[in-house]
Amino acid sequence: MSGAIHQWTARETRQAIRNKQTSATEVVQALLARIAQLDVRDDGRAAAGPALGAFLHVDRDRVLARAAALDADHATADQRPLFGVPVAVKDNLCTRDVPTTAASRILERFVPPYTATAVERLEAAGAIVLGKTNCDEFAMGSSTENSALGVTRNPWALDRIPGGSSGGSAVAVAAGLAPVALGSDTGGSIRQPGSLCGVVGFKPTYGRVSRYGLLAFGSSLDQIGPFARTVQDAADVFAAMAGHDAADATTAHAAVPDLSALGGAASSTPLAGRRIGVPRALLASGVDPVVQTAIDAALAVLERLGATLVDVALPHASAAIPVYYLVATAEASSNLARYDGVRYTARARLAPGDDLAALYDRTRGEHFGAEVKRRIMLGTYVLSAGYYEAYYLKAQRVRTLIRRDYDTAFAADVDAIAMPTCPTPAFRLGERADDPLQMYLADVFTVSANLTGLPAISVPCGFSPDRLPIGLQLTGRPFDEAGLLAVAHAYEQATPWHREHPALA
Amino acid sequence: MSALSDRDVLRIAELSRLALSADEQARLGRELAAILTYVEQIGAIDTSGIEPTSHVQLDQPTLRSDEPRPSLSREAALRNAPDAARGSGLFRVPKVIG
Repeated sequence: MSGAIHQWTARETRQAIRNKQTSATEVVQALLARIAQLDVRDDGRAAAGPALGAFLHVDRDRVLARAAALDADHATADQRPLFGVPVAVKDNLCTRDVPTTAASRILERFVPPYTATAVERLEAAGAIVLGKTNCDEFAMGSSTENSALGVTRNPWALDRIPGGSSGGSAVAVAAGLAPVALGSDTGGSIRQPGSLCGVVGFKPTYGRVSRYGLLAFGSSLDQIGPFARTVQDAADVFAAMAGHDAADATTAHAAVPDLSALGGAASSTPLAGRRIGVPRALLASGVDPVVQTAIDAALAVLERLGATLVDVALPHASAAIPVYYLVATAEASSNLARYDGVRYTARARLAPGDDLAALYDRTRGEHFGAEVKRRIMLGTYVLSAGYYEAYYLKAQRVRTLIRRDYDTAFAADVDAIAMPTCPTPAFRLGERADDPLQMYLADVFTVSANLTGLPAISVPCGFSPDRLPIGLQLTGRPFDEAGLLAVAHAYEQATPWHREHPALA
Repeated sequence: MSALSDRDVLRIAELSRLALSADEQARLGRELAAILTYVEQIGAIDTSGIEPTSHVQLDQPTLRSDEPRPSLSREAALRNAPDAARGSGLFRVPKVIG
């Protein structure tokens, strides 16, 4: 164990509490103090420090009460893999009696009557929900700038975006406000902010983690996953929440692998016998040279660790963004129909004689932000009579071709496919805010894992010359999280990047 | 596609149940046209004989048995309603039938 409490990994935190070297109460006190200093104060005024804006709600009393209850129940620490581990939770995951807004005005006062399965399972494993984190409204965005409730800053460069949509969760982990966090990933919303903030971001296989209690965006794409400062911590959080859930019929019955010791036996070539696919043609254009340099170095490390690099084709990769934005917006337009001014807190002020249609139209028109309206409109259009076949059905057919590309690569005995998570490091706040299409194009490397359902992880793989983090993305076989995480862990352990922290006051 | 007509935008807004300002209508018309022009590139991909993928369920879904079981209470379900007749357990909306 090294350094201050806020630098501890989840494993180190649990171990220290288990050994009675510290208590859950001391751990959360240290993190609450750090949040007050660096993030946002309880009274809503700006923090003394950089005002990172990772959290939307932190209920100190609730957190302290939970920690005290765990300390009083110390005998269960051995059986609970996340005993005393604080976790930051994206604000599109329901938490009973704690506000859950999806960073939208339409849910600004929503307090769920139940807790998401993923969160409930982490709590059963001994985790402490530290607070709810900022995100793009309804997880629609790549910079967290679409939040209706506040700005989130990249801890490595405060004038830059943290990525999105799960930007607050990525910042919480990167800045040492929480050792681990939960996000949701519909088109890269865990991996992309993980990459831009220099932490691990992991999207499991579609169906691995129950979405019960996740505010739905794109139901054929959404998956919940962890942020962490180490691959092992991400694996521990994943293992604690994965597995079939009767409350979500899309969850898989496949057994969750034992991920408690990713390292295995010590070896200088832990990846001997593994084949890593590299889509050279896809990487030939549109990748910032500083990212390309870091990825080339990362591929050399994988080779040095014993892996064999092989070219993979992925011929339909360039269609992934158009297919994604057709499928995701179509599903979103349907999922967001439930926010109707009847059930979920917000309702427009009505004049005498206004009918139900006016209630719907004005509540939604007044409370949804610009990006959410844009996506609902686009999705409604591509599903409407006369356009359905040319847009939505066509996109679903090309989605099949994209899946086949990956099937072909994995059928050729490739264990994982490597590429950058993002084509550039973090851009400046406001830089792309007026150009939605430009913002969409930044998702070029991440959306395919959602279209195919495959597990994918972003691990830190270096820095730009001005010290902005860069991420390596690895995509694995369906339900082979164990194989994927083993490769990511071996890479991480052979490189220094996960030990770097942003300089904060 | 160069632009969406005002009529197109109004029709989509109505289907989407979104009240838009005049400014929003004009902006969305331009933005949606730009996005549609971009996504239309997939029209050039040959998909003859290719089945559509509507989901990527990688495991057999299971159906639960159709039996009564505990669920949210009416009180809990109404707790977030902007307007409700809580005593009788109902959401309240403007008159629908004249």
